Amino acid sequence: MVGIVLVAHSAGLAAETAALARGIAGADAPVVGAGGTDDGGLGTSLDLIERALASVDQGDGLVLIPDLGGSVLTARLLTEPGRVELADVPFVEGAIAAAVSAAAGAPLADVLAAAADAWTYRKVSGP
Amino acid sequence: MDTAFFVAWFEDAAKVVRLRRDELTRLDAAIGDADHGANLDRGFAEVRAALTDWPPASPVQALVSAGTTLIRRVGGASGPLYGSAFRQMGKTLEEPVTLARFAGAFEAGVVAVERLGKAAPGDKTMIDALAPASRALALAVREGLEPLEAFERAARAAEEGALATIPMRARKGRASYLGERSVGHEDPGAASSALIVASLATVAGGVS
Repeated sequence: MVGIVLVAHSAGLAAETAALARGIAGADAPVVGAGGTDDGGLGTSLDLIERALASVDQGDGLVLIPDLGGSVLTARLLTEPGRVELADVPFVEGAIAAAVSAAAGAPLADVLAAAADAWTYRKVSGP
Repeated sequence: MDTAFFVAWFEDAAKVVRLRRDELTRLDAAIGDADHGANLDRGFAEVRAALTDWPPASPVQALVSAGTTLIRRVGGASGPLYGSAFRQMGKTLEEPVTLARFAGAFEAGVVAVERLGKAAPGDKTMIDALAPASRALALAVREGLEPLEAFERAARAAEEGALATIPMRARKGRASYLGERSVGHEDPGAASSALIVASLATVAGGVS
């Protein structure tokens, strides 16, 4: 399965969004959070993200979903075309769409496409 | 420009960032999240420690080590941005280092920041200080200037570029959420970039 790492400025935001995604996609969905700095502050940590990537790497590709700002910059430093891809998508909706797709065994390109679909989700009315 | 020059550059930058930390934080408090001074101070202190604990054997090693340290140790956006700049400079720099080679590597570092941050001149970012500094260096090379004068010109260009961000409306980073209210404040990233470029002149001039 494709592994997914949610990169956020806050450890709580990353961990709880990952928990929500696993709750919806299934407990086996390889989705983890990597939020906050090494010392638990607001920000991002390259080390935490690298460890998170390793923890969900099953050899089928990896997707990084950042929240905003510095998270995007740090995540972009870790991309490797074809193996570690950044999904430029809404954080919560994109994480859930990617997790559901990955848990169903979709390949990397399909997981990225599912995540990108999150741009079209409306909460109340159609577009 | 030998390894000692590059180590001295980072040491002076660390010293200046510490001295001006509160000023950078005040700039960032106006339009950002008030962490730029503290983040950069911590990052450059780590750079200093890394260069002391693992003395670099070449200018390239010094640049790559400093860049990697900033990327790993700074939790805010300035870590990846400055870190990528120094790493790309290191990857591009040919040794022995001449002013022309330095200027070429500096330009590559600025391009790395533009690419990573997807920022352009006029967006009220580091680029507004770094791009003029890079152009000043390139011009100094064409005019055949000595490093000290070239770095002094680059420092002036960076400082003028930083001050020119005051009337700009931010289009990148947290300040961009403020829209028109970002106008009237100097960009903290441009301000710190100007300090780091000024350290080049300080070190080349031998008055540290």
